[in-house]
Amino acid sequence: MEWIDFATPKSVSEAVEMMASKGDRARAMAGGTDVLVQLRGGRRSADLVVDMKEIPELNELSYSAQNGLTLGAAVPCYRIYQDKAVIDNYPGLIDAASLIGGIQIQGRASIGGNLCNAAPSGDSIPPIIALSGVANITGPNGNRQVPVEDFCTGPGQNVLQNGEILVSLTIPAPQPHSGANYLRFIPRNEMDIAVAGVGTSVLLDASGQNFVSARISLASVAPTPVFSQAAGDSLAGKAVSDEAIQEASEKAMADAKPINDMRGTVRQRVHLVGVLTRRTLNNAIQRARGG
Amino acid sequence: MPGVTHVQTTINGEEVNFLCEPRQSLLECLRDVVGMTGTKEGCNDGNCGACTVIFDGRIVDSCLVLGVEAQGKEMTTIEGLATPEGLHPLQQSFLEQAALQCGICTPGFIVAAKGLLDQEPDVDEARVRHWLAGNLCRCTGYDKIVRAVLDASQKMK
Repeated sequence: MEWIDFATPKSVSEAVEMMASKGDRARAMAGGTDVLVQLRGGRRSADLVVDMKEIPELNELSYSAQNGLTLGAAVPCYRIYQDKAVIDNYPGLIDAASLIGGIQIQGRASIGGNLCNAAPSGDSIPPIIALSGVANITGPNGNRQVPVEDFCTGPGQNVLQNGEILVSLTIPAPQPHSGANYLRFIPRNEMDIAVAGVGTSVLLDASGQNFVSARISLASVAPTPVFSQAAGDSLAGKAVSDEAIQEASEKAMADAKPINDMRGTVRQRVHLVGVLTRRTLNNAIQRARGG
Repeated sequence: MPGVTHVQTTINGEEVNFLCEPRQSLLECLRDVVGMTGTKEGCNDGNCGACTVIFDGRIVDSCLVLGVEAQGKEMTTIEGLATPEGLHPLQQSFLEQAALQCGICTPGFIVAAKGLLDQEPDVDEARVRHWLAGNLCRCTGYDKIVRAVLDASQKMK
């Protein structure tokens, strides 16, 4: 690895000042499971690495029925899947936090870092898009909020400007009769990168028989995570049925624009989007019905 | 030396001080600076788990931690398991079950398994296999390793 300086700011304002002072030569680090590999491999370069783990706001993990979930950008996966409020209210998020890497990676890697790393295959991004997550950003010019579906702009690229940091994610409190799920396809049982992944959330009416709304998001099938609005919107107002789910899965497949690579082909990935959309919708429906 | 950081940390219950560059991983610091070579380098990018240590109570790949992050922290490495009285039950079970061949992955497996058994004394095969998914072994085919961890969990009760 090239020479780096390392800083451990204790506040958001100190971190922003440090990041701004180095412009695009500064890299934020939480668990380091992506950025250290990239710096060592020469895929990224930086003069200053700013450790975000000692800033209180980036370690916050709190839930209230009014404000939903505040997930600090540096909170590691294990804290998320051990948290009772997350287990009770966001099983769709647990799905992702508990399958990223192995136990060693989950001890360090954060969902905020997964989002900033902006890999098309990032497993935590589709479920957060499905759950209407919002990114809370602070920079030299103050605070701004960006819907998570607009955060990633290309492979490894995101909306953060020089000096800006991702402070936290906000996920609205789940409504009654809602449910979510994330599934990915990998050829192994653990420790692999998604060939394709789908996160869905559904809101049903009180009878549990009709969709009020749905959100569907896809991993590993485009340069960025995909928010398939057409697929989710196609379910709104419809009765829960295999036909409606099939139609939504076809719309999701139409939004998948994958490439052929060593992990899978275009045809396989589009097929997988269809399968995983149907499965995650059925799982989300079951959760929405209290199952 | 300019740019070199003094790190004060606790390794296996003892205070350790070392000097390192910010770019050096905890793995490099343990092996090349502190001289504790029990922790092994395998892939050096977080895939193989050979460099697993218990850091702040969680198992981590020490190749994906910077040495400077150890400031004020506590960690356990493979050197911290045996006592003057004898081997740790996991080490004993690995020997008895012949759960190693070349041995490069073994410290990582044993430390990772300790991280599991410290938290969950009651484990079944599926739990052990899931927990150890981040540790790769190219010799044994894993069965003997899983058996050794289950055996140790019985001994430790």
